[in-house]
Amino acid sequence: MAAGFKTVEPLEYYRRFLKENCRPDGRELGEFRTTTVNIGSISTADGSALVKLGNTTVICGVKAEFAAPSTDAPDKGYVVPNVDLPPLCSSRFRSGPPGEEAQVASQFIADVIENSQIIQKEDLCISPGKLVWVLYCDLICLDYDGNILDACTFALLAALKNVQLPEVTINEETALAEVNLKKKSYLNIRTHPVATSFAVFDDTLLIVDPTGEEEHLATGTLTIVMDEEGKLCCLHKPGMFPPLQS
Amino acid sequence: MEEETHTDAKIRAENGTGSSPRGPGCSLRHFACEQNLLSRPDGSASFLQGDTSVLAGVYGPAEVKVSKEIFNKATLEVILRPKIGLPGVAEKSRERLIRNTCEAVVLGTLHPRTSITVVLQVVSDAGSLLACCLNAACMALVDAGVPMRALFCGVACALDSDGTLVLDPTSKQEKEARAVLTFALDSVERKLLMSSTKGLYSDTELQQCLAAAQAASQHVFRFYRESLQRRYSKS
Repeated sequence: MAAGFKTVEPLEYYRRFLKENCRPDGRELGEFRTTTVNIGSISTADGSALVKLGNTTVICGVKAEFAAPSTDAPDKGYVVPNVDLPPLCSSRFRSGPPGEEAQVASQFIADVIENSQIIQKEDLCISPGKLVWVLYCDLICLDYDGNILDACTFALLAALKNVQLPEVTINEETALAEVNLKKKSYLNIRTHPVATSFAVFDDTLLIVDPTGEEEHLATGTLTIVMDEEGKLCCLHKPGMFPPLQS
Repeated sequence: MEEETHTDAKIRAENGTGSSPRGPGCSLRHFACEQNLLSRPDGSASFLQGDTSVLAGVYGPAEVKVSKEIFNKATLEVILRPKIGLPGVAEKSRERLIRNTCEAVVLGTLHPRTSITVVLQVVSDAGSLLACCLNAACMALVDAGVPMRALFCGVACALDSDGTLVLDPTSKQEKEARAVLTFALDSVERKLLMSSTKGLYSDTELQQCLAAAQAASQHVFRFYRESLQRRYSKS
């Protein structure tokens, strides 16, 4: 009976729960889903982390490679994030070039890295003007159940903390880089940005950590990224949708 | 029929609270708007803010592909073309922001199973680009006659290292700023429709920027009204 009502009038069904200040999965309005983190599971990557926020699962793998720095920033390395939402995670995504959602998420992660100064790009420099590290951060969603941005930010932070870079010296005579795989050091992570997403209902109610269904029914979403000092790195409010009735 | 409206919108908006160490006045750059300049789109507008210029064209309500149609409202699409190069991920992100802002105001339910396409071309970028894109999109939607529940405007503000607020920053000011915040506000209640920020700032600074943006949006809406009045009074 309830399943029938849910199919026909999903918003009304949801509103009944909201009136009692709870949600269909039993959470309070301000409660997060169970979060699990698994660090260092991918041995072929330089750093990796798997994050589960309820059902939403995102895995992040970081690979470090050499690159030549750009001429206007000869002592800065690169951090290149890429979010991939494959058809595996949800039926709404098709295979092919990255869709809009994946591109927006990639841009969001790039903004978080840039704004929060999570890594000082100068730390990635090996030899100014000649050789720098580039960290390719690949975030792949394995299961899409809402709140992808929080999960991606968390996975990225955990993976970057797990990254170990080998020591590199430039040989004076041959001008070639010599990598010492036995001597590895962790990255210097300066801040720890944490993302929190909210879904707005009927312009008045704010619920934390929306699931996929809640995101679909909401009138808008809002993501705030803060660091430990309470400074805001990013306020991502991609617009409000008008209520379904009007 | 081309109507060019140059309204000198140099405003001094005072930031009221005497306790903050901000500068005494915040001013917006000179605005200009030209409507109905392209013959093919249903509506078009060119919006100038200082040296930043964006050209917008609106097609719609028009035919929609079956895969993209929504049964009870119009499908809104935004295409943003940068000045040089191919559109990349940053453009996609901005397109999403502009599209969601437009969806919040356009009465899509009056035109179900149709598509409304907004095409924006960056002509020159001298700071506050996203705000200029939003303003151009709004003026183009009005020119096309798309039904909307409110108008919207974009306001950008920059915070530099000592906390001084500058509205409508130039590209030099944006580069030197600690944080750049862009807001989209609606005309009815000055509600915040969209926000996109860059850089680090505290939440009190956010509130102050939002208040300054809301005060500045009044001037933008007055400019819209004057330019539309001037256009329609002559015909």
